[in-house]
Amino acid sequence: MAIRRVTRPLPALLVNGLLLGGATVTLFPLVWMVSVSLMSPGEASVFPPPLLPGRPTFANYRELFAHVGMGRYLLNSVILTAAVTLVSLTFNVGAGYAFAKLRFAGRDRIFRILLAALVIPSQVAMVPLFLLLKQLALVNTYGGVIVPAMASIFGIFLVRQYALSVPDDLLEAARIDGASELRIFRSVIVPVLSPIIVTLAVFTSLGAWNDFMWPLIVLGDSDVYTLPVALASLSREHVQDNELMMAGSVLTILPVLLVFLVLQRYYIQGLMLGSVKE
Amino acid sequence: MRRAAAAWCFVAPALLVIAVFFFVPVVAALALSFTDFDIYALADSRNLRVVGLRNYAELLRTPLFWQAFGNTLYFVVVGVPVSIAVSFTAALLLHSRLVRFQAFFRTALFAPVVTTLVAVAVIWRYLFNPHYGWLNYALGRLGVSPIDWLGDPHWAMPAIIVLAVWKNFGYNMIILLAGLQSIPEQLYEAARIDGASVWRQFRHVTLPVLAPILAMVNILTIAGYFQLFAEPYVMTQGGPLQSTVSVLYFMYEEGFKWWNLGSASAVAFVLFLFIFCVTALQLRLARWQSAA
Repeated sequence: MAIRRVTRPLPALLVNGLLLGGATVTLFPLVWMVSVSLMSPGEASVFPPPLLPGRPTFANYRELFAHVGMGRYLLNSVILTAAVTLVSLTFNVGAGYAFAKLRFAGRDRIFRILLAALVIPSQVAMVPLFLLLKQLALVNTYGGVIVPAMASIFGIFLVRQYALSVPDDLLEAARIDGASELRIFRSVIVPVLSPIIVTLAVFTSLGAWNDFMWPLIVLGDSDVYTLPVALASLSREHVQDNELMMAGSVLTILPVLLVFLVLQRYYIQGLMLGSVKE
Repeated sequence: MRRAAAAWCFVAPALLVIAVFFFVPVVAALALSFTDFDIYALADSRNLRVVGLRNYAELLRTPLFWQAFGNTLYFVVVGVPVSIAVSFTAALLLHSRLVRFQAFFRTALFAPVVTTLVAVAVIWRYLFNPHYGWLNYALGRLGVSPIDWLGDPHWAMPAIIVLAVWKNFGYNMIILLAGLQSIPEQLYEAARIDGASVWRQFRHVTLPVLAPILAMVNILTIAGYFQLFAEPYVMTQGGPLQSTVSVLYFMYEEGFKWWNLGSASAVAFVLFLFIFCVTALQLRLARWQSAA
């Protein structure tokens, strides 16, 4: 095999060259965003567009935190993402485990209904959901984002698929030892499910962080804006302030990109598990 | 018996949330679409009237709705094939035995998937800038005259498709790559012994094994692309000349800008029905194909 590789340098060059080209296209906008965010105001609005800042400065970031209220939005995003992830993880893991391993009347029928409902786009529910949350006085509050996201069909499905492979003997052994169902869940099931729990946590938190349409609708008050909602609103006002907007984009993208890079393995696993549903 | 009770304790919270905050609103949306719920009804529900199918009839007479529908269809019909072609090409390249640094390339190509759509739309709006954007600069180097990407009604949707493909192709790439990796090497070896060329190996070994995965990827991508919203919201605000108003953008404006919530619900249902029919049709096709 090694010999063939040496005797065919052209295809190897082509394959790696194409991939390098592709990686340049995917990474360039992100790297360039960081570069522009360090330029002084107006520096990037020239032709040809500059690659690197003349004198790198954090002025845009200072401006964002001092005058635009970015610290507030960052905090909102962190709180909402953490809350949605924690609560929905608790609910989804419990339900996914029960659908896979416990028996109760109507279990399979309910699960089939849930699966079928995956074809309904979430936007269909948005108008009545808004009216419902308005009745509950949750519009313009953190609750408006957290409450509808406390459980998800996708999350339940993901956990169930994984939990199906847990051997029943494990549960029976614990039951014979006289452990209560809750105790079995806490000290037997959760440790066994921990890989899928991490996967789901990564998926949910990235999804919550990046979510846009629903927060845009339910958070009308800038005090509770998340980063994407704030960024969208700012970018409509500050069309010309490219450097400032790039700094805002860095603050929005960098946290999710870092989480992904560290926990990439788990994310990819969830992507694979979630796509084998048909 | 106690065990069944315990099971219900585990599923009840999640089911309750999904029922109250998803199933009930979906049914309510259908009901709402038969009413004239608007800003007056929002203030006082006594102003609410049942109007039957009038919202739907009204919608079909609204030119902007048809335009939004056409724009969305354009986005799907052009965007999905391009997106999947790029995903497939990237997966094949990554799967090649000639590739060096596979892990790096995989991560690099996948990175846009996890980024925040609103933020990358802001970046791309700048890349598309006709005066000092990188895209026109790079194209200019190749001798292409400057294009007013987001200001020209003919180019705004292609620009949005470029952003969408850039952002999304990595997702299907990973799924297709896993499919490629699942093909046993023996199949290729047998084909080679029979003297099959690289193209024939691809045609008779790779494609048949990947067909079901491709069909699934296609269905999911189409359903996803129909839900176009944030890109036009951030980059073009539906313009120029409403060339990038998508169905969901239209629904958002109808519902949450003009507060015609009855009519917005009707829009949501028309979109859902359409996605549903397209999905069902594709499932049939896929089944028919795998049976043949």
